[in-house]
Amino acid sequence: MDLHQFFTTARVLVVAGKGGVGKTTVSAVLARAAADSGLRVLVVELEEKTGIAGLLGGSGVLPYDEVLLAGGLGAGSSGEIRGRTITPSNALAEYLTTHGLKRLSKRLVSTGVIDVVSTAAPGIDDILVLGKLKQLEREVGTDGRLDLVVVDGPAAGHAITFLQSASGLLDAVRSGPINTQARDVLEMLGDPERCQVLLVTLPEATPVNELVETAYALEDRVGVQLGPVVVNAVDHGGALPDPDGVAALPAGDTGAALAAAARFRTERRAMHRAEVHRLGELLPLPQLHLPLVPTAGLDASDVVLLADALARCIKALPA
Amino acid sequence: MTAPTAALGGLEQVVATTTVLVCCGTGGVGKTTSAAAIAYHAAQRGRRAVVVTIDPAKRLADALGLAGGLTNEPARIDGITGPGELWAMMLDTRSTFDALVRRDALDDGQAERILSNPFYRNIAGALSGTQEYMAAEKLYELHADERFDLVVVDTPPTRNALDFLDAPGRLTRFLDHRLYRWLMAPARSGMKVLNVAAQPVLRTIGKIVGGEVLADAIAFFQAFDGMEAGFRRRAGHVMQLLRSAETSYVVVASARHDTVDEAVFFARRLADGGHGVAAVVLNRLQPTFGSGTADEAAAAAAHCDNPELAALWSNLAELRRQAEREAATVARLLEVTPGVPVARVPLRADDVHDLAGIEAIAADLFA
Repeated sequence: MDLHQFFTTARVLVVAGKGGVGKTTVSAVLARAAADSGLRVLVVELEEKTGIAGLLGGSGVLPYDEVLLAGGLGAGSSGEIRGRTITPSNALAEYLTTHGLKRLSKRLVSTGVIDVVSTAAPGIDDILVLGKLKQLEREVGTDGRLDLVVVDGPAAGHAITFLQSASGLLDAVRSGPINTQARDVLEMLGDPERCQVLLVTLPEATPVNELVETAYALEDRVGVQLGPVVVNAVDHGGALPDPDGVAALPAGDTGAALAAAARFRTERRAMHRAEVHRLGELLPLPQLHLPLVPTAGLDASDVVLLADALARCIKALPA
Repeated sequence: MTAPTAALGGLEQVVATTTVLVCCGTGGVGKTTSAAAIAYHAAQRGRRAVVVTIDPAKRLADALGLAGGLTNEPARIDGITGPGELWAMMLDTRSTFDALVRRDALDDGQAERILSNPFYRNIAGALSGTQEYMAAEKLYELHADERFDLVVVDTPPTRNALDFLDAPGRLTRFLDHRLYRWLMAPARSGMKVLNVAAQPVLRTIGKIVGGEVLADAIAFFQAFDGMEAGFRRRAGHVMQLLRSAETSYVVVASARHDTVDEAVFFARRLADGGHGVAAVVLNRLQPTFGSGTADEAAAAAAHCDNPELAALWSNLAELRRQAEREAATVARLLEVTPGVPVARVPLRADDVHDLAGIEAIAADLFA
């Protein structure tokens, strides 16, 4: 599949997965790959945390107002990556302000009531965020400023309730703007051209199990379209020689270390292969693989390399 | 002549003497598994240990006999060959909050009005900090329970490891005076009624969230009136226990920058509060092979004529490089926890799905 085609299939991509599998990394890599193919991408964080800005050439926590992080590289020089954070309280404060209720907004913030209002009914906090995302989605493609929104989404369990919040809310809140928001959000989530969810996992047993559970729960309970599954940190690589068969193996501790290291690596690669295969058996979705980067913390240059690897995977997908 | 007993040190010492042990760290570092393994080992050593899990992976839950789901009551686990006992439970946030309401309510009527209120039911589940607070509350309750002499607590998998320490304070702020003073005012009759000044704001909020939601929220605050002092007192006791010498904090991290950053924040915050970290657990570590460096192995690969042997040297170089990078990252945490025992658990091929798996992790933790 052509890169441009892949990144314009849906206007909003929500990246979700168990804590620790690499959602933030994958969100950054998607944004980088899309920008390098010439698109203008907005990356959205749902929590005030550091991480993604640093992976894309910036630093610190993304603010509520958009900031420019990077331009597209190489042939994608018309592309760019912007970033922002959206939280329920900020989304509510903005909503109130744009509806002429700025003083109320300030009052709610100063008394701390805004947090209470955001959690007053199941999913209000999530709907406020989804409503803002829906507003951003409307901007995609229209004025030529924005081509794609990538959301560094919630951890697996919360992803389900997050995306389900709209339908739950329609029961609890029968009228008013929140109700209207909920309806509009449901429409967006149900339309594969407007929104898709990309689930992320590591090639290990527990994350794969949780991904499969989450995938089925999302399909059953939310009805949202799942894009390809992203398997992060896959140790690809050719077979290592069997140390027992290497006649030139040194004696003593050195040989023992070489042999143990080879066996360890071979076992890890075999496990990754087995888990990737098992994932394919349990969930018939296309897979995109990001290679394992031997490091204790990724930086922006690693993300560029990973984006190239992702681009190759995407091109190998059927059109 | 009796053999000298080995001097206890490290994590063994902590587990032998503390009464509450809290495992902290971000999500995805193996906290729940560590908590289970620590409790298991404590039981083998003779303690009557209970582990409070928050959101265990299904297979770990099975291993702990929690396959049935939320229990909120500890259940004993068979298979301890040592002199102690191992109990486990999975925290049910709602039930724990409900029990608190029942305990503090002035009468059954007040309790029922709150428990059946939709606004309450939502904040009991959704308000940020509730799960952390209920974990602390459950810790307090089990600490007083004579069945157990050690309570091991897994903390919720939030991104911010400090949420657990902050939770009791945050929840009581929500239920606190400032909000009540704004919403409610004493009428001449002595009862509290909705503050007239708050009404226009409330009407607008009602238009946003809908009339029923607002009515439920107001009903909740009216029903809860009088209980907030009790809640605050209780939260004070819980916080006191969390800050006392009886509670030990074990910081769990992996070798990734982000988990180490969180662990460092946490260790510093504990130190600021005059409470140190009792132990550090490092999970998912790259094993080391032999005593040489990555550069030495890379050089050997470059100078090796035999392609098979060269491949083995390259592989060794890569694995050592990874281990060296991890050591550098982990060093930042060790710098802020000088003299603190460190337990290292290597990356495993399989996840934990039975008691033998828990035992294997314990063997690494207490090696």
